Amino acid sequence: MGKIVLDGNEVDFKQGQTIIEAAKDAGVEIPHFCWHPSLSVSGNCRVCLVEVEKMPKLAIACATQASEGMVVNTNSGKALEARRAVMEFLLINHPLDCPICDEAGECKLQDYTYDHSIGESRFTETKTNKDKRVQLGPHVMFDGDRCISCSRCIRFCDEIAGETELTFVKRGDRVTITTFPGKELDNPYSLNVVDICPVGALTSRDARFRARVWDMSHTNTICNGCSRGCNTEMWVRSNEIVRLVPRFNPDVNSYWMCDNGRLNTFRFVNAESRVDGPHVRREGKLTKVTWDEALGSISSEIKGINGKEIAFIGSPFATIEDNYILSKLAKSLHSKNIDMPEYIIPGSADDILIREDKTPNSTGAKLAGVVPQKDGLNLDGIMKAVKEKKIRVLFVMEEDIALLKPEYAEALKTIEFLFVMASNFNSTTEFANVVLPAATYAEKNGTWMNFQKRLQRIRPAVTTLDMDRSLDGLEMSRLDKFGTKWDRWGNYKKYDARPSWRILVELAGLMGDKMKFRMAEEVFDDAAKHIEELHGVTYDEIGESGFELTKKAVKV
Amino acid sequence: MAKKKRMKDLTLWERIYLPEVAKGLSITLQNMFRPAFTMEYPEVKFMPQGSYRGRPVLVLEEHGGERCVACGLCSRVCPALAIEIQAGETDREKERYPEKFEINMLRCIFCGLCEEVCPEEAIVMSKDYELAFTKREDAIYGKDKLLVPVAELQDRIEFLRSFK
Ligand code: SF4
Ligand code: SF4
Ligand code: SF4
Ligand code: SF4
Repeated sequence: MGKIVLDGNEVDFKQGQTIIEAAKDAGVEIPHFCWHPSLSVSGNCRVCLVEVEKMPKLAIACATQASEGMVVNTNSGKALEARRAVMEFLLINHPLDCPICDEAGECKLQDYTYDHSIGESRFTETKTNKDKRVQLGPHVMFDGDRCISCSRCIRFCDEIAGETELTFVKRGDRVTITTFPGKELDNPYSLNVVDICPVGALTSRDARFRARVWDMSHTNTICNGCSRGCNTEMWVRSNEIVRLVPRFNPDVNSYWMCDNGRLNTFRFVNAESRVDGPHVRREGKLTKVTWDEALGSISSEIKGINGKEIAFIGSPFATIEDNYILSKLAKSLHSKNIDMPEYIIPGSADDILIREDKTPNSTGAKLAGVVPQKDGLNLDGIMKAVKEKKIRVLFVMEEDIALLKPEYAEALKTIEFLFVMASNFNSTTEFANVVLPAATYAEKNGTWMNFQKRLQRIRPAVTTLDMDRSLDGLEMSRLDKFGTKWDRWGNYKKYDARPSWRILVELAGLMGDKMKFRMAEEVFDDAAKHIEELHGVTYDEIGESGFELTKKAVKV
Repeated sequence: MAKKKRMKDLTLWERIYLPEVAKGLSITLQNMFRPAFTMEYPEVKFMPQGSYRGRPVLVLEEHGGERCVACGLCSRVCPALAIEIQAGETDREKERYPEKFEINMLRCIFCGLCEEVCPEEAIVMSKDYELAFTKREDAIYGKDKLLVPVAELQDRIEFLRSFK
């Protein structure tokens, strides 16, 4: 630990830190394009020039180590002038593309131009013309004109993804980015280059042109793609998810997420196959009914059936709250048959982020009580007993068990009563007597526990029918704030769905077990009271960046 | 109680009325031969100048495509939130175009800010002031109603350029 003087204030630094890092820790942002806290220093954009006393020339803050007593000025006349000059150089060949550029609104070049440039161009010659709309890989599009040659994307591939795919070619004002011959930008983390590209040179082919950043709301949540549980932001416009981007969490995913998590994990939320409202099978067909009717028919079906003949399937995709209420209901119906499927793909993990367990909450679901009980049946046992008609009633929560094994589908054909909570119609709902629409992870509050035993919160970003963005405290975009039902953008699709835990609480109420929970947080508090590992943990403690259970202070 | 006296009685001249009638008629007669300022709308239509701010329209280029690149700035600046845009990708040289462009004419307040902010000179205030609907839905103008050939908008475009 030492001290430097930054713009007249004394600031601490750790041994080996550069000026830009010390400033960042002290909450001062020195402008930068090419420097990224997780990548090596390349020092080529020159916009972080600062004045250091006793140094003959200006120094780049990203590559100059802080040392005891150093006096640094980021806003002296010389530094400001240098910054202006660098901005002018960068803008010489930069196109006036902002109107068609997806980066607009979150572009570092725009921001710094606004802050540090003179606002006029002295360049009268013609600008260079480079290739636009180059497909670097399956997910990423490149625009040569906009690139400011910072090399962040190259360094990301080399250092983080571990696959050398991108490089600079040519020199001077003709320098541009390309893939190596015979290679594509197709590593499993390729879309992170879109996030770190400080300008709009790299864009996501999936999210391109779908929405302006200022028209979307963004909500802090967690990816459901594997048991890493990368922290993400969910960007929503008109109640539809447009994109997921990673959110910094040094203990889980740093600044990154994988392409699979980013592209494939939220499609079902906007899909055509969503269950909209409760359905009951009548004359062989699933028919839409009211919630009261549907819940009533389940409770009357179960009445008088022995607990041994009832079984429950929980889910590692559902929250701790959902699974906790399911196991509570199983107990109150005196059933010991409760389990859930596993989704482990051996060998699919890497040493970056991706895990073999393809679910976000298997540790949490087990902790919440979805594990075979003593003398109870496990998943295989349950399905065998279904086939043998020893199990007459089956509860399935947010799982498509018919898809898992052909034997399971076979067994379900003969079941007496199958009750499914599902967000989308699937192969299991085909056999169901009652299907209740479950809210997806994008529509509810809850907690997941990742492979590190780290509790992390998911939050609603999309509204269902009985939710209101403002009253339920969801993030709101400008359009959400001012839209009315007469505006097409305010009059969006909302599904009639409820979180599984709430459905089960209502059902339990009908069967005489009054559980008084109105919010996911109350369910969690109850779980924290009854499950030893969770003692003392609250939503507040989990916060934005999660709470690792192994770190919990032992209560005396 | 004493009888209240009128403030001012009419004079004899006024009481015989005829001179007043003649005075009135003479004004009428004078105006009959002056040029008329009113118009027989709707038989005769008012043709405003280029400076007039009628309903905003989109410029349709000669090649048949929209000039708008769906940047969303007009939608962002519109104080009444009248404009909704969905951008899409095209093969044209300007790779972005409005897949959907809707102006809710019940929201629009004809301020002209969209026109002012547009980096492409793609949305301009037209001379069209005839806006009547019987349903709320009819007031939402899509691309079919918004796109107007550039030739018909020359007046306004020239007017705008004179201020640049
Ligand atoms: S990269 Fe930034 S400055 Fe360049 S065109 Fe895109 S938004 Fe504008
Ligand atoms: S494409 Fe983006 S990240 Fe890569 S060098 Fe150019 S500006 Fe930097
Ligand atoms: S590593 Fe797993 S959790 Fe993280 S983004 Fe990828 S799929 Fe999602
Ligand atoms: S400001 Fe102009 S170019 Fe941009 S969306 Fe509106 S009309 Fe189109």
